[in-house]
Amino acid sequence: MDWRDEGLVIGVKRHGESAVILELMTRAHGRHAGMVRGGAGRALRSVLQPGNSVEVAWRARLEQHLGAFAVEPLRSRAARLIDRAFALHGVGHLCALLRLLPERDPHGELFDMAEVIADRLDSLDLAPALMARFELALLAALGFGLDLERCALTGETADLAYVSPKTGRAVARAAAAPWRDRLLPFPEFLRQPAPAGADAEELAAAFRLTGHFLQRDVFGPRGLTAPQARALYVAACGAMRA
Amino acid sequence: MAERIAGPEIERLVQLLARLPGLGPRSARRAVLHLMRKREELLGPLGEAMRVAHERILTCTTCGNIDTSDPCAICRDTRRDAGILVIVETVADLWALERAGLLAARYHVLGGVLSPLDGVGPNELNIASLMQRVSEGSVREAIIAVNATVDGQTTAHYLADLLAPLGVKTTRLAHGVPVGGELDYLDEGTLAAALERRTAF
Repeated sequence: MDWRDEGLVIGVKRHGESAVILELMTRAHGRHAGMVRGGAGRALRSVLQPGNSVEVAWRARLEQHLGAFAVEPLRSRAARLIDRAFALHGVGHLCALLRLLPERDPHGELFDMAEVIADRLDSLDLAPALMARFELALLAALGFGLDLERCALTGETADLAYVSPKTGRAVARAAAAPWRDRLLPFPEFLRQPAPAGADAEELAAAFRLTGHFLQRDVFGPRGLTAPQARALYVAACGAMRA
Repeated sequence: MAERIAGPEIERLVQLLARLPGLGPRSARRAVLHLMRKREELLGPLGEAMRVAHERILTCTTCGNIDTSDPCAICRDTRRDAGILVIVETVADLWALERAGLLAARYHVLGGVLSPLDGVGPNELNIASLMQRVSEGSVREAIIAVNATVDGQTTAHYLADLLAPLGVKTTRLAHGVPVGGELDYLDEGTLAAALERRTAF
């Protein structure tokens, strides 16, 4: 068995003295692990940093085996990010989110989104907004997508300002009035079809919205709490924008 | 099945040595053969030295270094500048800096770096004792000397945030082209970092 693909490094674990188990989010093969011989050595250590992109050739005798990767660097982002706390926390958070996906289950769209975010992690204007959109896309990929196209009460498609924390369906501003305190705000920038920037308040609302459903539908049932990386990222973005 | 070629005591010695970094079963067997040949000059003293080390090795409760006394020799050394505290990941890093002999400072060993993906949080590291040391007031500068990896630098930023309210000057090691490094072999991230921090002649 062998294939070649492009992948985003999401985790590296030492295996013996010189090898590592590399965990990648690949375009066509999903989240995939494999051994890299010599991965702990000087030549590859800087390549195998979370957030970097690599081209890999995977080879194993049987498909269900762990297999081994031969790695070539594609884009080194880690060195550019290490000066900025929010960017580093962003790498951690992005990798933690990708690790929620089942292994070897292709999600080409999420891979592309993750690559776009990884390229912009040092941009405080773009990255947090993209990350919030990514969390929504991840929820959808895991089967817990929110219904944000039309109002759950009236069927309207305009002025959707809230989301029900129970059903995950959007609610129009006028229809939401009696229950506003119990609903989650649906920030304007998430309603736009194309990625758009957001102010601090909108971002906080977006992360509260996605955080609620991630906790209820993903972390909770798996017996997990929200990863520390997420809290650090949200806090770092808030602190930088304040 | 392979026939055993030595007694169980020797086999056990080979097995234990093979677990050391840099040694495998073949090199462990060679080391054991060498030890047996030099039984009086090497095997006996080595066994005794290991027994004594096993009995006396302690982790310094002040800095986390490994020594045979607590506080360790570095923490007891009054010639060192107590105002400079070098924060390192592991004892190996402390020893590397000491080998270089560049700084007569005190150290603090974190015992690793934050790695949220692997479940290593602040409580798993010697961060509380670091804050305690710094808040006692004698530290003027904290040098965060952790590896230039994503996890290492995440830890550095975390520590810098914690140390900021204590009014201590916080610095970190420079990033860029290593001595002996060839530009052709450097990744573009390191090159970018080196260019960003270029210095005037």
